[in-house]
Amino acid sequence: MRVRSLTWAALIGAVLIVGPRPVSAQPAAPAAVLQQQIEQLRKELGDRIAALEAQLATLKAAPPEAALAPPPEPPPMPSGGGAASSTVFNPDMAVVGNFLGFGGRNVANPSPALELAESEASFQAVVDPYARGDFFLSFGEQGVSVEEGFLTFSELPGRFQVKVGKMRAAFGKVNGLHTHALSWADRPLVTGNLVGGEDGINDAGVSVARLIPAGTLFLEATGQVFRGDSGDTLFRTSTRGDLSYVGHLRAYHDLTESTNLDLGASVSHGHNPAGVIAGEDVGRFTTTLFGVDATVHWRPLTRAIYHQFVGRTEVVWSHRNQFDGEQRSLGYYVSGDYQFARRWFAGARYDRSARADLATRIDTGGSALLTYRPSEFSQVRGQYRHIHFGDAPAANEVLVQLQFSIGAHGAHVF
Amino acid sequence: MASRTLRVTLALALFAAPAGRASAQTLNVVATTEDLGAITRQVGGDKVAVTALAKGYQDPHFVDPKPSFILAVSHADLLIVVGRELEIGWLPPLLTSGRNNKVQPGSKGYLDASLTVRILDIPAGQITRAMGDVHPFGNPHYWLEPGNGRKIARAIKDKLSELSPASAGFFAQRYADFDSRLAAAEKRWDEAMAPYKGTKIVTYHRSWPNFMERFGLNVMGYVEPKPGIPPSPSHTLELIQEMKAQGVKVIAVEPYFDLKTPQSIATQVGGQVVVLAPSVGGAKEAADYIALFDYDVNLLAAALKHASGK
Repeated sequence: MRVRSLTWAALIGAVLIVGPRPVSAQPAAPAAVLQQQIEQLRKELGDRIAALEAQLATLKAAPPEAALAPPPEPPPMPSGGGAASSTVFNPDMAVVGNFLGFGGRNVANPSPALELAESEASFQAVVDPYARGDFFLSFGEQGVSVEEGFLTFSELPGRFQVKVGKMRAAFGKVNGLHTHALSWADRPLVTGNLVGGEDGINDAGVSVARLIPAGTLFLEATGQVFRGDSGDTLFRTSTRGDLSYVGHLRAYHDLTESTNLDLGASVSHGHNPAGVIAGEDVGRFTTTLFGVDATVHWRPLTRAIYHQFVGRTEVVWSHRNQFDGEQRSLGYYVSGDYQFARRWFAGARYDRSARADLATRIDTGGSALLTYRPSEFSQVRGQYRHIHFGDAPAANEVLVQLQFSIGAHGAHVF
Repeated sequence: MASRTLRVTLALALFAAPAGRASAQTLNVVATTEDLGAITRQVGGDKVAVTALAKGYQDPHFVDPKPSFILAVSHADLLIVVGRELEIGWLPPLLTSGRNNKVQPGSKGYLDASLTVRILDIPAGQITRAMGDVHPFGNPHYWLEPGNGRKIARAIKDKLSELSPASAGFFAQRYADFDSRLAAAEKRWDEAMAPYKGTKIVTYHRSWPNFMERFGLNVMGYVEPKPGIPPSPSHTLELIQEMKAQGVKVIAVEPYFDLKTPQSIATQVGGQVVVLAPSVGGAKEAADYIALFDYDVNLLAAALKHASGK
């Protein structure tokens, strides 16, 4: 259609360019002269049409992108990028796939040989001049759930930041990290035993965080109030007043431009389900968690894409009231993750944790990991895991994890 | 009971502490890179206190959003960004956690330096990540062209004047000074590079389109097979053959990339590797924006002279 229009335009243009000859100005011209002029006009028109057709053929032969490429200036606006107005305000969307394979033996806590486990869909955008919204849907073979969905108000006076919605609590380090941001294919034993299981402390509530002025030291205090339901055995609410609470203090300092230290102290308190009988909380028991975490991060700036090391530990004390009295349990992990080439990471983790409901039953474990990242958006991880359970045969397993990200470019996790 | 009181007191003390440093006479400017920081210092003089986040010798695509950067952003009166999604992996969390409504995108204290400059490599067709880590809004390494540097300086001058109208004359005078020094330096650089117009060169990453276009050099190929993808043996072999066929002898590499592959290629083709500074601070001598080009032009001209014998 476009070519036909151009042809017509070319013909009309050619006629206009050639223009009417002043034939009528010579009324007395003999017929032979007129015939000669007509022939000349026909020849000129034919030549011009041939030239224009040749130009058209050249244009058609050229790649459409090159022919129709917009001039480099003015550059498009970075936000929205010239998208249609109906989509320019759509949230940034991304999906992180998490495929897991298990081999070996684990009687106490068996997993299927292969599964698409806990993949994540994220939707993130600025809501209005006052808030931004973040939604993370977690979906696996068992179904879909809201891992997090909250509004963040950052435009408040006094360097406050308020979050409202369902969110991972600011208890320690690992509790706040999504699965794809972990250095391992699993979560540490202490998370499962003392801090609410795989999902950790993750509940609907309100979070208030504030930067505390301390010179060059980054100091942030966070207070959170939740409905009171986290994990299967950690917090359970039976009345609206059974809220759970989390407090967190984080201190961060750059030791050098390549090395930094991140320290945290956390506390959490809420009602546990130990006293729930037939749906009624007759015991009214509570659990209080205390935690400390430390992370040292080394990343030489000139070789930041090739080498880095993250050393991390978290220690958690659980004080759990139940019918047989208070159980005081301790759990911790120590891990190291070293990037030794642009695409390769090696890591190790040691776990030790008592059970929340039985402090004398202690599980210990160790893992060795190797991760390969073909690009920023995918990785394959192998993990050998040994767990010595306090009440079951030891587990020896190999975990293979494939993770991939599609969609909007997410921020790097620090 | 006593410990509960202590805990409550501690919590109240933490939340009730003063909100931060008092506003000073100077404008607190945070620039995401040292180039933008250096130009801001040129224009703002002692009326600005500049903090640059990414160092000139680190890959600006991969910067950790460290809490110390959150502190810097939280106290900024003006945030200047490269834009074009260069900082997509690390700036968003700093903006959210910085709690500073003065420097949010669209606010008076937010300046995207890419909006007034000449941008190259804007993808025209459909793009996917199969093409590597492409930038959908064009090549973000645009500061490596003095004309763009001038435009950035003008945009910064205008923004500083908007934020601090009383100092507008001061900024205008300093901009004019920078402009004239840059113009004089450009003549110097053009003279140094003139003999090598049309020479073909290889670069590691697509960091140099504006620079090479400005000085009339043709980038024949890249050590990376695709943007952000590390060198592969097959691509390296193809590149060596092509460099031999076309007589390309110089490979320009950024200081944050491993030199092993480029040096191996250079050995194969009988050429040389030259480590250029892609940003202010990328080398000790590249201490400001004009010194950055002095350093790169001198180094590159020397390498091209050696390669061509001109």
